[in-house]
Parts: sequence; structure tokens; C-alpha cells
Amino acid sequence: MKGRIALAFAAAALMVFAGYAALYIAPDEKTMHAIQRIFYFHVPSAICAFVAFFVVFIANFAYLGTRQQKWDWLGVAGAEVGVACSTIVLITGPIWAHPVWGVWWTWDARLTSTFVLWLLYTAYLLLRGFLEDPQRKATFSAVFGIFAFLDVPLVYFSNRLWRTQHPQPVILGGSNSGLDPMMGKVLLISFVGVLCLMAMLIADRYRLERLRWEYEELRFRAESRAAEEGAKAPRAAAEMR
Amino acid sequence: MKNFESLFAAWMVVWAVFFLYEVTVARRLSKLQEDIERLKQQLREG
Repeated sequence: MKGRIALAFAAAALMVFAGYAALYIAPDEKTMHAIQRIFYFHVPSAICAFVAFFVVFIANFAYLGTRQQKWDWLGVAGAEVGVACSTIVLITGPIWAHPVWGVWWTWDARLTSTFVLWLLYTAYLLLRGFLEDPQRKATFSAVFGIFAFLDVPLVYFSNRLWRTQHPQPVILGGSNSGLDPMMGKVLLISFVGVLCLMAMLIADRYRLERLRWEYEELRFRAESRAAEEGAKAPRAAAEMR
Repeated sequence: MKNFESLFAAWMVVWAVFFLYEVTVARRLSKLQEDIERLKQQLREG
């Protein structure tokens, strides 16, 4: 519990500081000016979505290998948090795009593959709702989760492989790319803040799934006991007669 | 500052999504904990 409070405090403090740094410390970008500062939350959210989906991918493989329920819990926790992060990406992106490109959205490779990624993991979460049996639910979602992860490298490389409206990468983007050192530092602070938030949310969501499992076990025991007592009652009444 | 409204909106979206998500998880957690306690009590009483 103390670790969770420390993580929550660190995440909130880092996010507040990141907001301040993005507005007042980061240098002004020469062509886009203020609106470029969305970069400090748009990019970290996108990276954290990738990290969360990678957690899902690892958890799905581990579940299929070991059949331990804890991996399924981690998978669903990572998927939900990944969807939350990619929702941020899909909302902040158009807010940034509109004043710069003149349109809210365009169906280029980067934007479309990101939207497909969001749809895939939303489908992953919805699929779980349709299946009752826990083993089947975990197996189907593990297979689907591994398949869904194939879109992550596609999103990452989309603006390297195809001509896109979305800008070319500024980090690890080759000889013509690069970032002002101060912009890099502010981006790093924002990234660590969002990463801490993501870790805290995954931990909370994992706990929720573990408790749900405990609840189902207890409910099964309570129902079994009620059924036993229900069977005993007519027998006792017959003996009395 | 030009486009400040858009920047502010984006900043609010980040906080709103994380905050609302955390609230829903916390609510689901507390509801589940209550249900577990109720079931445990039921099982103890036999």
C-alpha cells in the first residue's frame, strides 16, 4: 500500500512538473509555436500505449505457456490501460493537427494504423465480455492479444515506410531528425510521469482482476453450500415425518 | 499565446482520461471488496 501511495504521489508530482516544463521551460518551436507543446503529452502517451500493449503481448504468451491465471489478469490490465493511453493519443493528435494541417483527421498510414490499434484492443476487451468460462476467455483473449500486437510495429514504422501527413520521427529518425536538448529533457520528464501513471493504473487494474477471481471463487462456494443445504432440507423433513 | 485554447484542451484531455479511468477502477475495486466481505460473512455464518 505504501508503494502504491509513493507511486501515485510520484506520478502526480511528475505530471504537474511536466505540465509546467512543457509550458514554460521547453523552448518555442519556430513554425508551430504554442500548439507544438502538445508533443510533450501526445508522444509519451503513444510510447506508453506501446509499452502497455507489449505487457499484454508478454502476458498472453506467458498465459499460453503456463496457464496461470495471473498472466491473464496482467493481460487485461495492460490492455485497458493501453486503450486509455491510445485514446489520449487519438484525441490530442487531432487537436494538434487542426491548427497545423487545417484538418482534424486524415486517413494516412500512421493515423489509420493507430486507430486500428485502438479498435483491436477495444475488441480484445469486448471479446472477454462475451465468454463465460474463465479458461476459454483467457485462451481466446491470449491468442487475440498476440495477433493484435502485430499492429504495434506497423504503427511505429508507418511514417518511415510510407509518405504520411503525420510528421517524420524526430527521435531515432535518421540523420535529418533530432530534438533540441531542452525539448528532449522536457519530453523525458513527461514520459517518466506518464509511465509512472501507467504502472500505477496497471497495478490497480491487476488487483481488480485478482479480486474478481476471489469473488467468483467465494460465490461458487456460497452457491455450493446453499445447494447442499437445499438438498438436505427435504431429506430432514422426510425423516421427521 | 496563439492556440492556447487547443493546448489547454489537450492538457485537460490527458488529465481527464487518466483521472476518470482511475476513478472507475477505484469504484469497481471498492464495490468488489464490499461484495467479497459480504460473501465471507455469509460463509462464516453458514
